[in-house]
Amino acid sequence: MDPFLKFCLRMGDNALILGQRTGEWCGHAPVLEEDIAFANMGLDLIGQTQFWLKLAGEVEGKGRSADDLAFLRTEREFLNCLLVEQPNSDFAVALMRQYLFDAWHLPMLEGLTASRDERVAAIAEKVVKEVRYHIDRSRDLVIGLGDGTTESHARMQGALNTLWPFVADLLATDDADEEMFAQGIIPDPETVAASFRAETAATFAAGKLETPETELTRTGGRNGIHSEHMGYILAEMQYLQRTYPGVNW
Amino acid sequence: MQPATETVWSWLGEIPDPEIPAISLADLGIIRDVGYEDDKLVVTVTPTYSGCPATSIIALDIETELLKRGAENVEVRQQMSPAWTTDWISAEGREKLRAYGIAPPAVAAANCAGMLKAQNVACPHCGSEDTVNISPRGSTPCKAQFRCNACMEPFDYFKAI
Repeated sequence: MDPFLKFCLRMGDNALILGQRTGEWCGHAPVLEEDIAFANMGLDLIGQTQFWLKLAGEVEGKGRSADDLAFLRTEREFLNCLLVEQPNSDFAVALMRQYLFDAWHLPMLEGLTASRDERVAAIAEKVVKEVRYHIDRSRDLVIGLGDGTTESHARMQGALNTLWPFVADLLATDDADEEMFAQGIIPDPETVAASFRAETAATFAAGKLETPETELTRTGGRNGIHSEHMGYILAEMQYLQRTYPGVNW
Repeated sequence: MQPATETVWSWLGEIPDPEIPAISLADLGIIRDVGYEDDKLVVTVTPTYSGCPATSIIALDIETELLKRGAENVEVRQQMSPAWTTDWISAEGREKLRAYGIAPPAVAAANCAGMLKAQNVACPHCGSEDTVNISPRGSTPCKAQFRCNACMEPFDYFKAI
């Protein structure tokens, strides 16, 4: 696959699948304010998806729209990282998942604002401002609940232990990333990873959380090898278009 | 005979924002350009938030309203860059927001770097600056929920972005 297309799909699929997961909280979050917050962040992410997948469709040049790419690809064709597809098993897991993603997303987007491709730079310039608000919220909650009650601390630490192995996929790189970096389309992945490590180390220290010491890593999502949860997400997300092909709102 | 661009601007100043009808699309600062390409009227609009559900309604409202007022051959074009900022909301728009019960955004959004704590929020009801953030998100992505410690009223704050 063309490395530029791969890059656009990875950005779009991350936003799409996390947006879908985030939207699942609508009507279910523990307090009204957080319910509204998750639903609204899901809206931001789905909007961002439309930018990236529209660009992916243009780059691919086969006339596929953002909707076609979202609703008519199969599991192995999705290139989102494993982290974003992990289920909402606990509110703590959802918050930690959001924070870990934001901690990578923000420096990535900041780097992309200087992209040599002006379409990429324009999307990043827009999206980065929204993501600053995302991490403003998720960081505050991770610190507040980490350094909160015995119960909230235990649940945040548990969420971190559960999700940490998936960080490997969030920060993974391959030939396509190298190529995109060499062309000046994306920032140096190592710089983004360093920002991620500095951001998370400071937040976990403030929230009295310990970064898990584990050799366990899980990768593959960025190349279409997903966890068992992915198929269920697509079954729900794509149901309408699969059942009634071409149906319009 | 197509209308002059100044006339079109004045019409756009009368189209309400679909989510916050107290202010117009021109007040919101999302209309980037009005011009003609041959005899096609092109209105260039920039989206507010990426996922704002009002974006497609806004494009539809512009086209409908301009056609209704006698313009012909209208195209609404999206422009991504430069990205919209709340700094483009007019002074008049800010006053309309306040009167409607929504605290207007802090100016020089870039200095806020997206951080709510960096933004000084005055209560739109009593003017007190003794306010507290309840949630970073409000009834729409562009707003946050606050409460005034002076008059105890809850209110929406239009976040600087």
